[in-house]
Amino acid sequence: MSIDKDTVKHISKLARISLDENKVESLSKDLTSIMKFIESLNELNTDKTTPLTSIINASLKSRKDEVKDGKIRNQILKNSPEKNDEFFVVPKVIE
Amino acid sequence: MSKISELSLTKIVNGIKKKDFSSEEVTKSFIDSSKKSKKLNTYITECFDEALKFSKNFDKKKDYKGLLSGVPIAVKDLFCTKNVKTTAGSKILHNFIPTYESTVTNNLWSQGAFLLGKLNCDEFAMGSSNETSFFGNVKNPYGEKLVPGGSSGGSASALAAGLTPATIGTDTGGSIRQPASFTGTVGLKPTYGRCSRWGIVAFASSLDQAGPMTNNVEDSALLLQAMSGYDSKDSTSVDKKVENYSSNLTEKIKGLKIGIPKEYRVDKMPTEIDDLWKKGIEYLKDAGAIIKNISLEHTMYALPAYYIVAPAEASSNLARYDGVKYGHRARGKNLIEMYENTRSEGFGNEVKRRILIGTYVLSSGYYDAYYLKAQKVRQLIKNDFDKAFKDVDAILTPSTPSSAFKIGDKSDDPVSMYLNDIFTVPVNLSGLPAISVPAGYDKNNLPLGLQLIGKAFDEQTILNLSLAIEKRANFKKNYKVWWS
Amino acid sequence: MTEKKFDYFISGEKAKWEVIIGLEVHAQVLSQSKLFSSSSTKFGSEPNTQVSLVDSGFPGMLPVINQFCVEQSIKTGLGLKAKINLNSVFDRKNYFYADLPQGYQISQYKNPIVGEGEVILDMPYGSKKIRIERLHLEQDAGKSIHDMDPENSFVDLNRSGVALMEIVSKPDLRSPEEVNIYIKKLRSIMRYLETCDGNMQEGSLRADVNVSVRKVGDKKYGTRCEIKNVNSIKFMQAAIEYEANRQVQLLEAGKTIDQETRLFDTKKNSTRSMRSKEDAHDYRYFPDPDLLPLNLDKSLIDKLKKELPELPDQKKERFIKEHNLSPYEANILVSEKEISDYYEEVIKECDKKLAINWITVELFAVLNKKNLSITQSPISAKNLSSLIKMITSGKISGKIAKDVFEKMQTGDKDPKQIVEKEGLLQQSDPKELEKIIVSVISKNQDKVTQYKSGKEKLFGYFVGEVMKASKGKANPQLVNEILKKKLH
Repeated sequence: MSIDKDTVKHISKLARISLDENKVESLSKDLTSIMKFIESLNELNTDKTTPLTSIINASLKSRKDEVKDGKIRNQILKNSPEKNDEFFVVPKVIE
Repeated sequence: MSKISELSLTKIVNGIKKKDFSSEEVTKSFIDSSKKSKKLNTYITECFDEALKFSKNFDKKKDYKGLLSGVPIAVKDLFCTKNVKTTAGSKILHNFIPTYESTVTNNLWSQGAFLLGKLNCDEFAMGSSNETSFFGNVKNPYGEKLVPGGSSGGSASALAAGLTPATIGTDTGGSIRQPASFTGTVGLKPTYGRCSRWGIVAFASSLDQAGPMTNNVEDSALLLQAMSGYDSKDSTSVDKKVENYSSNLTEKIKGLKIGIPKEYRVDKMPTEIDDLWKKGIEYLKDAGAIIKNISLEHTMYALPAYYIVAPAEASSNLARYDGVKYGHRARGKNLIEMYENTRSEGFGNEVKRRILIGTYVLSSGYYDAYYLKAQKVRQLIKNDFDKAFKDVDAILTPSTPSSAFKIGDKSDDPVSMYLNDIFTVPVNLSGLPAISVPAGYDKNNLPLGLQLIGKAFDEQTILNLSLAIEKRANFKKNYKVWWS
Repeated sequence: MTEKKFDYFISGEKAKWEVIIGLEVHAQVLSQSKLFSSSSTKFGSEPNTQVSLVDSGFPGMLPVINQFCVEQSIKTGLGLKAKINLNSVFDRKNYFYADLPQGYQISQYKNPIVGEGEVILDMPYGSKKIRIERLHLEQDAGKSIHDMDPENSFVDLNRSGVALMEIVSKPDLRSPEEVNIYIKKLRSIMRYLETCDGNMQEGSLRADVNVSVRKVGDKKYGTRCEIKNVNSIKFMQAAIEYEANRQVQLLEAGKTIDQETRLFDTKKNSTRSMRSKEDAHDYRYFPDPDLLPLNLDKSLIDKLKKELPELPDQKKERFIKEHNLSPYEANILVSEKEISDYYEEVIKECDKKLAINWITVELFAVLNKKNLSITQSPISAKNLSSLIKMITSGKISGKIAKDVFEKMQTGDKDPKQIVEKEGLLQQSDPKELEKIIVSVISKNQDKVTQYKSGKEKLFGYFVGEVMKASKGKANPQLVNEILKKKLH
């Protein structure tokens, strides 16, 4: 499967990465060569194989319903590039 | 007596206990060699002042109970360290200061060790040469123009150059074993679930595993013991007792059955790699092991499957880097533009490539063809190992298809770069433990490693086998110091 | 009960249209802590104070599941008579949003914890089964606040990671009224189970509404639109009505419906397209590699089944059978767990029929007037019960009881004390009554003559006079008996 320039643009949009127009071409080439490499898997018939769901043979461990975390607003906001005393601040969201 | 910074971790731990030298002297020695090592570019963040302070305190308190009492250790900059900048080698985290400590580093500190600094790595651990780091490439002590391997390249280089007595890395597709092989050091990837992933910047959650990187096998056993353990904060951590790897360590491996998988004899593999492999077989035979030819039928599909699974998980794991909560933020007219610019400026090319591949293989209509297919192939690869381990106790392969290559050699061709991990990736896909132990040199006197793959949670056997190889290979560092 | 026929159709200019509705209800799991972290779920706290490093998506943070939330979703599944899946999987739903700190929401996509079930609606035209397609567990997102600053939005992550149950119905609903009853029934079941508080004002219960229309008689469903996150039943109904009419108009004009997500504008009472969501619609679901598959022991399900409380449908049946109530009365009582609890408390020691009357007529009138719920009732079940007991034992008359009831409302007073203090005890001493009656008769000799000559209607007049003279306390039955004797 070749990844053409439109596909590159579409998946960049999905991945929220803006692209310089002049980089689209080379990305398309790189991604196509990676996908060609990946597609050697198609040689292999896996119709009867069940996919791996988890690499470890254990069931999910759970925790008790107890409040033991939170009340660390300073820590939560500390690294934020834009914040005020109470909130993270982001450019206006348009619905 | 040789310089302290040339001693092994075990010798340093014992020396401190026996008061041959103080923790402060040890720390000074490593700080001294580290300060002279700028050309290697191994450190992203140095914590020398704090380390020195800690060592002085340690010498006053004299608490020798821990496995690593009084030892300064520099770690890969993928482990979150409380109040110390943690970058994952990325611009997008260039200013991130965690308020928490990863479980694995915390385990080291509770055994008496302390932080010497944060070591360079490929951006988000995506790379096999340390060339994708935002903080510049790391150089291999074996040659100024050589890559140290990746992604734990800074760790491997710092260890080999004597800048830290031991270090820890993470291994998603070979990121501990490949750089260990390239720098003549010992790198172990434990069984998935042996070490907690809590507090480690995630690359691919179902593959990532932290592990020890050391100068010899004895150190590896010691460090593995110190860092391992169940962690209830990691749902994929396995509640299994940590063995006393150090005291159980023995080169008496008589009667153990070793599998030699024919599929690892790949096209265009240099003859010196094949020769090394044969030498390894001889060493183990000499130690009394029984060699068996085995088949791991689906080996050739491991790498393509890996390049679906790892980027897919990464594309999702890296979605949190959006300029809102921490790290780099670019300007944008609205929220979406802010995201797009932040991520475009914050991530390097290789990370972008992998995010895009991961996004693509998961996108609507392609899931079954790629991700599901890869998970099926993963099952087949795991089945191969399960079957093989009915007949053998461990598997011996080369660690890498070549020795350290030149900086820039493969950076333009992602696929040829990916092929570096051809021998290491199947192990991650199957969650098994594996170790790379230095076993010889190529014609240019560059180190080469052998890989031993074990059954799940049987790190002890591959450590023992490595010890048998180590004793017989008699590998010695043979680089000339060119960086100080 | 009156026989009513289902009659919700939209009459266009060209045809009569049927409205097809399916609901995705998001019900907040009643739990102390979040689905994958140990921070609190409490409503209304200071912004970003109920946030852990996990909830805010810090590097290297990992989810650990809350056992109680798993059990709550199983219980809800059992309450919906649904199949519980012993193996389910948590997936990541990937999209970018300011209040989604991980860049994905942990949800269940292909393998939900609960499979097909049902909810029975009591409609005036009979009972109707609404099929449930699935119930799955997922994380809630945070909240973006847009109106505090002209250029920026503010993000509060207190809700981020709170456990939600998404309950998806099949497209079995056909009118806004059925939606109303469905939501209320679902809410009632979950409140009986104590798995969700159902508080719509606080956002504990929200729904996405899928609406399509088709010509009456058609078998094929039309193209549907999804109206996002409507947080009151009233708005849901208004949104459905608007949306169905919009679709009919488009179709009758020969146009087609775009399958899309729409937003209900509560001010304009209309829906509009949410274009901003469109390009982000590829959620790239895949199993969350930070978690393992959730494998449940059958024994856990059996245990939870045994512990299940009586649910509204069962309770209703029991009330009809054992208490001899009409389906209508039973329905009113079981509609809310608290009402049936109140009723059952009242009838512990008093007559059931009277209790229903007092609760559904007198008490409900008071609650309605004061806009209170039954749990805030100014009269406790115990006191209402003793009031009713005083009526049945003849200690007070029904008329006096109403006065006492009025007086009980301030400070939940004990009716016995009121009656005693104000001397309202019913006059049931025949000798005392005889005295009063004799006096009334002697004062009204002219009326006695008229009565005896055949004007029997005057009997009521004498009763009234006796009651007046006794200040309403006379036992009416005794008064009747004695009066009859004396007037012969």
